[in-house]
Amino acid sequence: MTRHGPVALRYVLLLVMTVLLVGPFLWQLLTSLKGTGEPIYGPDVTWLPRDPTLGNFGKVAEVIPVWRYIANSAMVATASVVTNCLLGAMAGYALARMRFRGRGAVFAAVLASLVVPFEVIMVNVFLTVRSLGLVDTLLGVLLPGAVSGLSILVMRTAFLALPKEVEEAAAIDGAGEWSRFWRVALPSVRGSLAVVGVFSFLFAWDDFLWPLIVLKNPDNFTLTVGLQYLSGTFTNDQRVVAAGTMIAVLPLLAVFFALQRLFFRGVGEGGVKG
Amino acid sequence: MIGRRWYVPWLFLAPALLVTAVMTWGPLANTGVLAFTDARALGGGQFTGVENFRRLAQDDEFFRALANTGLYLVVVVPALVLLPLLLAQLVHAKLPGLGAFRAVFYSPVIASMVVVGLIWSWLLSSEGLVNAVLLRLKVIAEPLPFLTDSTLLLFSCMLVTVWKGLGYYMVIYLAALSNVPNELYEAAKVDGAGAVRRFRSVTVPTVRPTMLLVGALSAISATKVFAEIYVLSSGTAGPGGQAKSIVYYIREVGLGVDGEIGYASAMSLVLLVGTLGLSVLALVLRRRDEGSQA
Repeated sequence: MTRHGPVALRYVLLLVMTVLLVGPFLWQLLTSLKGTGEPIYGPDVTWLPRDPTLGNFGKVAEVIPVWRYIANSAMVATASVVTNCLLGAMAGYALARMRFRGRGAVFAAVLASLVVPFEVIMVNVFLTVRSLGLVDTLLGVLLPGAVSGLSILVMRTAFLALPKEVEEAAAIDGAGEWSRFWRVALPSVRGSLAVVGVFSFLFAWDDFLWPLIVLKNPDNFTLTVGLQYLSGTFTNDQRVVAAGTMIAVLPLLAVFFALQRLFFRGVGEGGVKG
Repeated sequence: MIGRRWYVPWLFLAPALLVTAVMTWGPLANTGVLAFTDARALGGGQFTGVENFRRLAQDDEFFRALANTGLYLVVVVPALVLLPLLLAQLVHAKLPGLGAFRAVFYSPVIASMVVVGLIWSWLLSSEGLVNAVLLRLKVIAEPLPFLTDSTLLLFSCMLVTVWKGLGYYMVIYLAALSNVPNELYEAAKVDGAGAVRRFRSVTVPTVRPTMLLVGALSAISATKVFAEIYVLSSGTAGPGGQAKSIVYYIREVGLGVDGEIGYASAMSLVLLVGTLGLSVLALVLRRRDEGSQA
């Protein structure tokens, strides 16, 4: 397909891709709306629920403490946004704006941390978290991703692009080091903060491997681990599992579609370029 | 330049450096040391030299995990280099509604792999929609065991990886496509080049650096595959655990009740060498590519 292919064919292909990429979500949603008496497979199954019900969504909360899982995920994800934005910005600011001995070494260490996959060190991260007494705690879930090298890097790039004169003027006005950072520099890089924040939130909200390792007690699960638990342990009712997945994904998709214009602009500016 | 006391930069850096040191560099150093010991979760820790690596060389389960991960790489990387580029071409035009399609195609990226995995487990189960449609169309006579045959399970996981990754790499390609000068297409069209020819002779050469980037990114993430296999097999890695990936096996060996930390660390080092190798390969390819274009 090229830009100048026939327009109709392009739209047909777009619709086919939409069916392939949205259809699975839709089928899950339709399954979640079908009542217990209605078949969800076999010869009598229909596309649309004959008698749509929200009962399965209520049942999710009976089988797993889904509200607590949502709260746990929300706490970890929110904390991750705060730590990645704040600590990433502080470190990025120092690397971009201050000259000091050892800056090159610190920067090299940040870059190098990007090529160490978490999966390589996860066993030993677990040992560290265990020795800190943080197994089965949300703080333990948060810490390994609390400030990623990428967050530091994105913030450093943002501060580098900022004209120095603004801060120098503030310095002459007697503003201290911290207030130059907090009141002058930080508000000027809101766009990059938003990119770091959104990706930190999504990463923490969607993460599965690390919470699966660090959380043992089903009361402390985050939503992803809890959903896996829901599908495995307690119920074979696909309608309830489907409702659980919809609870997890619909709010995210709603926010995403509401903000998609901003999102794609942010991604474009945020340096995810080839 | 603003004068400041020497420790001020370090105060700004301290929190981030502390977290990184404790959560990345410390554990990495530990992995490097413990790989040469018989450390377990509940004790041990004697230096054993290269014993762990000798054991790895004879561990059939490790080689199966290695082969599974290799197969994953071979299938998933070409698919994720090519398909998102075609998808990006599809939405890269000034036509009404394309912005909405972009967002729609990105939505699987937003969802967690657990959600996506559970959705596909239902679609691919023996009573699932995929089998029902294939049966209805008389393509197959019996439901295919997408999730209960270890080879088919791996291919199902690949399908899920590709399905979820399409939108992510599409966005990377879109940034690159916006740099392709329109005149090139016009010129090719005037010369009578068809759609396929224009794609091969105009699009591919101009976005080749991005294709290498996407290849590297998708290869590195494919070597770390875990969640797809865990969720689609409900934590069993298929019948007899035959569909394990390297990360799956590391987790199982190192994080069980009496996890073999030393042995798992040795395996982790092998994984690190693999991912670093892929990064270096990507750099070398990229440099050669730039050299040949200069």
